[in-house]
Amino acid sequence: MDRKSLAAAFPVTVPVLMGYLAIGMAFGFMLQAIGYNFIWAFFMSLTIYAGSGQYLGVSLLSSAAALSTVAVMTLLINFRHLVYGLSMLEKFRGMGLRKFYMIFSLTDETYALLSSVQPPVGVDPRNFYFSIALLDQSYWILGSVIGAVAGALLPIDTTGIDFAMTALFVVIAVDQWSAYKRHLPALLGAGVTLLSLFLVGAENMLLPALGVIVLVLLLLRQRLDERGTAAGEEETTC
Amino acid sequence: MLTPIQAVAAIAVMAVVTFLTRALPFLLFDRGDHPPKLVLYLGRVLPPAIIAMLIIYCLKGPLLALRDGFPHLLSLQAAGEWLPAFLSVLVVALLHLWKRNTLLSIFGGTVLYMVLIQAVFP
Repeated sequence: MDRKSLAAAFPVTVPVLMGYLAIGMAFGFMLQAIGYNFIWAFFMSLTIYAGSGQYLGVSLLSSAAALSTVAVMTLLINFRHLVYGLSMLEKFRGMGLRKFYMIFSLTDETYALLSSVQPPVGVDPRNFYFSIALLDQSYWILGSVIGAVAGALLPIDTTGIDFAMTALFVVIAVDQWSAYKRHLPALLGAGVTLLSLFLVGAENMLLPALGVIVLVLLLLRQRLDERGTAAGEEETTC
Repeated sequence: MLTPIQAVAAIAVMAVVTFLTRALPFLLFDRGDHPPKLVLYLGRVLPPAIIAMLIIYCLKGPLLALRDGFPHLLSLQAAGEWLPAFLSVLVVALLHLWKRNTLLSIFGGTVLYMVLIQAVFP
């Protein structure tokens, strides 16, 4: 990595700078509110580095969740990253050791940048991508530390600030609703989980819900899988 | 509260699992093999289902309050158990449909929720 590629990457990352400072600060603020200071915020943002994952982490830490619950919940919320990786296979080829960092740092926002921007002429694409990833994480770490320090200095009542996690999921759902042609998977997810809450109870509701969701989606594959039909064939709509 | 060692263990688990979900496609399909169609299919339909699942999970308290409080849902005390969350979710969704600004939607909804549970339904 060199100064030239950093300078080329910086303007591209400005929207993420704004977003990560704000969302990172909210994370640090929440973390401080449940009794973990800026040092914890720094190390979580350094080692986990996942927006929604760390929001979830706050509620897992505050509810003293078992390690198995932590593992399952983290897996669920990060499931969409599997899709990101699939579309980055080509781009990360030949990056050597830096590839580990590229994979580690593949957040929603970095993914969005990497899949849309073009490296400028005269800048090595790999250095350019690496600079984007590195800048994005530095914004995230900075935001979360500022948030935690602010949370310690400002004596405001933070009761209810954990709603930010619910709000984040609602925002993702609204975006998905607009982006996807079919809404059956989302409706299925909500319906099955609601049933599980009422039948199984709040403690153990997630795993049975997930199992039923995957099963029903597998059974509905013929109806839902548009790419299953070859190109040129008529698409079925539901 | 967790002991510091338990907290470090929880953070380590989050870090490892997060990295694994990001690394899995590269571990499985980086040799030029095409991912199986079934994997691609689940990769498309599971994310919206899982986000919907997590929203219901986040709202489990208010949802149970709705079920258990029936039919006395509108007394001030009972409404405080479910109304702030549902009202705030509605506001987040409407704000986001209107402005498409992630930060505004999250911030607006969270501030509304905090005001509702701290000042309106304490």
